[in-house]
Amino acid sequence: MSTTATVENFPNSSAEPQENYLNARYGVRSWLLTLDHKRIGLLYLGTITLMFVVGGIAATMMRLNLLEPQGTLVEPETYNKLFSTHGIVMVFFFLVPSIPATLGNFLIPLMIGARDVAFPRLNLLSWYIFVTGCLLMLYVVFTGGIDTGWTFYPPYSSSYAHTDVFLAAMAIFIAGFSSILTGMNFVVTIHKMRAPGMTWFRLPLFIWSMYATALIFVLGTPVIAVTLLLLGVEKLLHVGIFDPALGGDPVLFQHMFWFYSHPAVYIMILPSMGVISELITAFSRKRIFGYSFVAFSSLAIAVISFLVWGHHMFVSGQSVYAGLIFSVLSFLVAIPSAVKVFNWTATLYKGSISYEAPMLYALGFIGLFTIGGLTGLFLASLSTDVHLNGTYFVVAHFHYVMVGGAVMAYMGGLHYWWPKITGRLYPDLWARFAALIIFVGFNLTFFPQFVLGYLGMPRRYAMYPAEFQSLNVLSSAGASVLAVGYVIPLIYLIWSMKYGPVVGPNPFGTKGLEWTTQSPPPTENFLRTPIVTEEAYNYETAPEPEVVRV
Amino acid sequence: MMGLTQLAVHSIAAAWLDLPLQPPAASSIASSVDDVYYLLSGITIFFSVLIFSIIFYFMIKYRRRPGKTYEPETHTSLFLELSWTIIPSLICVVIFVWSSALYVRNSRPPANAREVFVIGKQWMWHIQHPEGPREINALHVPVGENIKLTMTSQDVIHGFYVPAFRVKKDVLPGHYTSIWFKANQVGTYHLFCSQYCGTNHSEMIGWIYVMSTTDYAAWLAEGEASESLAQQGAQLFTRLGCDSCHGAAASSAGPSLAGIYGKPQKMADGSTRVVDDSFLRQAVLTPSTVHVAGYPQIMPTFTGQVDEQQVLQLIAYVKSLGAQERTNGQ
Ligand code: HEC
Ligand code: HEM
Ligand SMILES: [Cu+2]
Ligand SMILES: [Cu+2]
Repeated sequence: MSTTATVENFPNSSAEPQENYLNARYGVRSWLLTLDHKRIGLLYLGTITLMFVVGGIAATMMRLNLLEPQGTLVEPETYNKLFSTHGIVMVFFFLVPSIPATLGNFLIPLMIGARDVAFPRLNLLSWYIFVTGCLLMLYVVFTGGIDTGWTFYPPYSSSYAHTDVFLAAMAIFIAGFSSILTGMNFVVTIHKMRAPGMTWFRLPLFIWSMYATALIFVLGTPVIAVTLLLLGVEKLLHVGIFDPALGGDPVLFQHMFWFYSHPAVYIMILPSMGVISELITAFSRKRIFGYSFVAFSSLAIAVISFLVWGHHMFVSGQSVYAGLIFSVLSFLVAIPSAVKVFNWTATLYKGSISYEAPMLYALGFIGLFTIGGLTGLFLASLSTDVHLNGTYFVVAHFHYVMVGGAVMAYMGGLHYWWPKITGRLYPDLWARFAALIIFVGFNLTFFPQFVLGYLGMPRRYAMYPAEFQSLNVLSSAGASVLAVGYVIPLIYLIWSMKYGPVVGPNPFGTKGLEWTTQSPPPTENFLRTPIVTEEAYNYETAPEPEVVRV
Repeated sequence: MMGLTQLAVHSIAAAWLDLPLQPPAASSIASSVDDVYYLLSGITIFFSVLIFSIIFYFMIKYRRRPGKTYEPETHTSLFLELSWTIIPSLICVVIFVWSSALYVRNSRPPANAREVFVIGKQWMWHIQHPEGPREINALHVPVGENIKLTMTSQDVIHGFYVPAFRVKKDVLPGHYTSIWFKANQVGTYHLFCSQYCGTNHSEMIGWIYVMSTTDYAAWLAEGEASESLAQQGAQLFTRLGCDSCHGAAASSAGPSLAGIYGKPQKMADGSTRVVDDSFLRQAVLTPSTVHVAGYPQIMPTFTGQVDEQQVLQLIAYVKSLGAQERTNGQ
């Protein structure tokens, strides 16, 4: 990252680079057969954006339906399909792949100074597998739907549901392989392809978090795959595995499901923590506070997250002792998350803070994630969980973590690296406006749900007693604000691809190897292999921002 | 702190917004659960405000100014790292111990509880009182008495949830789960299904009627025209031919069932099991899984011949045999 290397890597910084990964080749074939990690990242970006729209439409219809106690829009049967579709699509087809498959794919080689990931063909295969899963899921959604909830609890799912549980489970099963392959690819890439001088403790924290995520992908995903396969076997062949009427054990499914799905929560949040570490340092122009504490807390979270699955089952009839153990471990997993929040906050101290859109998302993340994390304590604590489990309190809690946390970070990361990805900037004023709208809309939507849950409103209810109406109306009103907040970026980001002002290699004047090459980068990423001589976030040697405001 | 948070939140909501904020607290444990809830709320508010204020302060104080040169920075501090690891850990320990102690205490039903049976099925709650009355989507209980619910499902997993009592438990097919509560306020409270169970999950709701002791006695008397659960069980016992093997005669092929309830039994594999509701349920539906010592395993399974309701009747009958035995013995 010495200054000489920087200059060599972008010969003509003022004008649009002559050749880059976007214009190196044209045509549909050049995209569908590409082995370039950057293009594959964009293929994922397109795919998951479409899936987000599908999940978002379902959410909008749910919130509309809940405006009145008897339901305004759809029959309970349809409502059940809506929340199942929403949950499955948002979790397995949007959020799990979101940051790793788009930003991770795009950035890992760039950040570690490599030419590509370790196995480019495998990388493309992963995308095809993922698309197959998506198409199968969409087929299910548009030909009768699925009504089991994203959790697929038997014996409802295996013996009672009339929807196509088998195909939906297979869709997730297939998409899971894409996660496993991506995870393996990332682990090998990070181990083997770092540029000279890029030691483990010089890695940007984003890489650390991607590494932890990749491990969970590889270790956890096979469990959900097996679980869903067993469910499919029971469904098709009537072998008693989970259904007590056939001699199976329904609680066994819950153990297996959450053994994956709790770590999956961290698949969704760890990458976003990595993004936030990058954004906070970039816009306060400072080293991260407590680098090694932040890095190791990621690993601690990855490990402990495999030991807390039972906190989803405190009221399932599991023994009191199991409850106690899972409770204490769940409190334990909260600590490394708290450590991160404190370190991010401390990073701001004596910084030189500016408020471009990515930074607003990052600050929004800290606020919402703090609330999401603290409300998790209510659910780790046994006596309160008995009351709150299965209510809207849980819905609020996980949306604070997954939407307020993970999606905010994803949006922030997308805005931060957008100039690198496209070579153009979006209108910053609109971007900041949207970030604000999302923050406000989010809180309006989900804060009332904490209260609803405490009052006792169960989740997955298509109808509800009248006394819950005022809070539900508030929540739905917030959802419409939130929807506007998500549509605005969709418009200006697409607009900017053609009309946004062209930027140089490092518009924000930030550190990191990805900013030392031209924007958009050439197909081979770096014209000359970079040599790393300093730790990450050394802002003493950072270039000035080439402030581009629109 | 709890009291304060509670007070603050309530006055704001009540005065300005007219929003409901707290479910009725109508059981002996409700207010102690609420204490933990408000402690946690206090902690949440405290830490959120703390972090938000620090961030806002830094945002203003350290905003980027033109011409400002780079300052050499502190970028790590073991003291800070340790304190913000250890302090939250200690807070967590306190909450864990408090909340768990409460949970453990609440999870053990008191010995003298009045028993009621619950069967969940898509999409209604069947309630069966030992004295005989049956109800659907309604449960009448006397105030101030410990009530123990023994619950099972005829199809999928349901969840028995009474927000006003702060109790909830999944209702599983093929198993008995149980909860107990002591209602301490006369009134009518929501009963919800808290575990998604299919199309009309949101309509699998009902009411808990908490009555004064005298009202309850009157209500029970009204319903007692029907036979008690044990009496129904006795008839079933004969009709299904259980008595041919478990009859009083010494020549019977099976063991006498009198007095076995609540006592340890020697099993054929050498282990010992206490005879409880789950044991009896297994004995009737899957006899091969509870083979008592000293008898050939010839008892046929009654799976398919009896439904969950009838299993409960048989259990009540076997239990009543136990009670007779004890009174006879004295
Ligand atoms: C063909 C004879 C036969 C019939 C009919 C029969 N049982 Fe049994 N039952 C046995 C035998 C033999 C045992 C002991 C061996 C075992 O546990 O399998 C037994 C065991 C039991 C036990 C466990 C007793 C203990 O000491 O722990 C219970 C409870 C029981 N039976 C209830 C019933 C009920 C209720 C019915 C009617 C629905 C019934 N049995 C019908 C033969 C029979
Ligand atoms: C990436 C973003 C999101 C993710 C990952 C996500 C995830 C989930 C999940 C897993 C569920 C549970 C589904 C189930 O019970 O089976 C759920 C429910 C729900 N979500 Fe989202 N969600 C997201 C965004 C949103 C948004 C933006 C809204 C606001 C409109 C929303 C509104 C709801 C509603 C109303 C429910 C139904 C609650 C219920 O009936 O139990 N979600 N979401
Ligand atoms: Cu979990
Ligand atoms: Cu239900």
